[in-house]
Amino acid sequence: MRSFWALVVARNREFIRDKGTLGWNLGFPLVVIFGVAIIFAGPDRELYKVGLMGREAPAASAPLQFLDTRFVGFVPIDNLEDGLDKVRHHRLDMLLDLGDPPRYWINESNQNGYLLERMLMGAGAHPAIAKELLQGREVRYVDWLLPGVLAMNMMFSCLFGVGYVIVRYRKSGILRRFKVTPVSALQFISAQVVSRMILIMLTVALLYAGTDLVLDYFVLGSLLDLFIVFTVGGLCLTAMGLAVAARTHSEELAGGLLNLFSWPMMFLSGVWFSLEGADPWIRRAAQVLPLTPLIDASRKIMIDGAGLLSVLPELATLAGMTVLFLGLGAYLFRWE
Amino acid sequence: MGVVLQVENLVKVYPGVKAVDGISLSIDEGTCFGLLGPNGAGKTTTVEMMEGLTPATSGEVRYRGRRLDRAFKNEVGIQFQATALQDYLTTREVLELFGQFYPRRVAVDELIEMCSLGEFQHQDNRKLSGGQRQRLFLALALVNDPYVLFLDEPTTGLDPQARRNFWALIERIKSQHKTIVLTTHYMDEAYRLCDEIAIMDHGRIIAQGQPQRLLHQYFDNVWLELPKNGFAPAESFPWKFLESREAFEIQTTDVTGTIRYLIDHGVSLAGLRVRTPTLEDLFLELTGRELRAGA
Repeated sequence: MRSFWALVVARNREFIRDKGTLGWNLGFPLVVIFGVAIIFAGPDRELYKVGLMGREAPAASAPLQFLDTRFVGFVPIDNLEDGLDKVRHHRLDMLLDLGDPPRYWINESNQNGYLLERMLMGAGAHPAIAKELLQGREVRYVDWLLPGVLAMNMMFSCLFGVGYVIVRYRKSGILRRFKVTPVSALQFISAQVVSRMILIMLTVALLYAGTDLVLDYFVLGSLLDLFIVFTVGGLCLTAMGLAVAARTHSEELAGGLLNLFSWPMMFLSGVWFSLEGADPWIRRAAQVLPLTPLIDASRKIMIDGAGLLSVLPELATLAGMTVLFLGLGAYLFRWE
Repeated sequence: MGVVLQVENLVKVYPGVKAVDGISLSIDEGTCFGLLGPNGAGKTTTVEMMEGLTPATSGEVRYRGRRLDRAFKNEVGIQFQATALQDYLTTREVLELFGQFYPRRVAVDELIEMCSLGEFQHQDNRKLSGGQRQRLFLALALVNDPYVLFLDEPTTGLDPQARRNFWALIERIKSQHKTIVLTTHYMDEAYRLCDEIAIMDHGRIIAQGQPQRLLHQYFDNVWLELPKNGFAPAESFPWKFLESREAFEIQTTDVTGTIRYLIDHGVSLAGLRVRTPTLEDLFLELTGRELRAGA
C-alpha cells in the first residue's frame, strides 16, 4: 500500500503543478457552461410550444382550429407522463389532448401557458374543455446541458489524463524506471486510476458548486446519487483510457485512438442535444458508448428526480464496461 | 568473496540480429566489473538481461545461485543510460517516491548528502544539469541500499570535471563493498574504477580479466609518439606504427634501439613522447582498428 499511495501522491502533484492542464480542466467546462447560460438566457426563439396527444382520433368537440394558430409549435407526444413532465419543467408550454373528452394542461408559473390558454379559447374551444393546472420549475437548457458538460469534461480528463499520460511515460522511459523496482503493474495502474478519480471528482464537485452559486441549477434528485453515478462513470472512462494506453508506444497513435473514441461520444452521447429524434441506428450506436449511460443517468437524477434504483440499468452498463476495459487493459499492459 | 552474479551462455536474438552470442561470466561480490565494447557490441543488451529487464533468448542469469526473482529487484540498484522521471517532482520528492517502493531503504537526507544533491533538492528534476541529473539517477539506484549496482554508461555526455566528480562518487560506493557492474566506452573510466573487465564485440566477449593483467597479456611493448616533423617511415621501417593526423605512434619493445635508429636516420626527436599502452590501445587492438605494420 505504501508504494501505491506514493504513486498516487506523485501523480497528483504532477497534475496539480501542471498549471496549463489544471487550468484547462477547470476553465473549459466553465466557459461552456457560462457561455450556454448567457447565449440561451434570452427569450426562446420559438414563441410557444404545445404538446399534442390524440390527434389520430380527435373528439368531435376538439378545438381543431387552434392547430392552425401561427407561431405555435405543435409537438406530438406519445406518453402522457412524459408530456406532463415537460409542462412541469417548461419544456412545453401546454399539453393538449384532442381525444374524448378534450383536455389541456398548463403550468401556472409559465406565462406562455396563460397566453396559449387565451388563444385556445379564442380559437373556438368549447368553454367546458377540461383544464388542469400543473406546478414545476422551468428546466433551462443550461440545466439540461450541465450533466453533459461535466461528463464530457470527465471523459477528456480520464481518456487523455490517464491514457495519454501512460503512453508518454512509456515513451520517455518512466515506465521502464518503474519496471525495475518492486512496484507491480497492478499497483501502478490502480494508483493512476485512483489519482485520476480523486482529481476528477474534486474537479466535478468544484465546477458544480461554483457554477451553481451563479446559475442555481434545477436538481430534483439526490446529489449523492449524482456523485455515485459520476464516480462509476469516471471509473469506466478511466479504464477505457487505460485499455487504449495498455501497450501503445506512440503519442501520436494514442492521441488518434483517444480522439477516435472521444469525438463520437461527444456528439452521439447527448452532450449538446437530445438524440430522441435521431435515426434508430444512431441511437443504438450511442448506447455502446460509455458516455451515453453516464449522461442519461445523471440527467434522470437531476431533471426527473430519479433515484439510484431507476438508473440501475445505466449503472450496470457502466460497471460492465469498466470490468471489460480493466480486464483488457490489464491483459494488454506492457511496461515497455 | 563469493560469486554474486553468474551468467551462462546468454543469447539474445532480435529479428535478423544476434545481439548477444553465448556470453558466460561471473562477478564476485564487492568487485567492480566493467563491460566494455564499441557501440552495438551488445553490452547494453547483456546488462539488461542481467538486470532482468530483457528476457534472454537462451542461457541463464543467476543471482547468488538462484534465478532472478521478485526479491532480486529489492537487492539491486539500476542506473539507466537514459531515463526520464515524472514531471514537476523535485529531486527530494523523486527520491522519496522511489524509496517508498522498497522494504530496505536509505534515508533521503543521506542520499542527498552522498550524491551532493543538497543545493537543488527542492528543484524540479527537469531543470537539473547533465551532471546533476546523473547524480540524481545514481541516488535513485542507491535508494534501496542495493548489494549490486548496475551503471549503464553513467558518465556519457558529462564534461571532464563532472566525470571526475562522478568517479569519486563511485569510488566511495565501491568502498562500501557493493558489487558494481559498469558498462562504459571510456577506457580511462574502466581502468580507474574496474577490478575486472570484459571487452565485447559483435555480441561476444573477446577478452576478460583484470585491466593490468590484460595489458601485460596483450602488450609487451611501449609506444613512442613522434610528431611528423617531416618524418615518414620507409617501407623497411622495422616496427609497427600507427599514423594519426599529426604524429606517428611506434610500437616497440626496444626503446633505446628504436631511438638510435631514428637518430641514425636523421629524424628529429623534438616532441618525442614515450608512453605505456592503455586500455584504449587494447580495446582498439582487439576490436579491429587497423594497424599498419612495417615490413
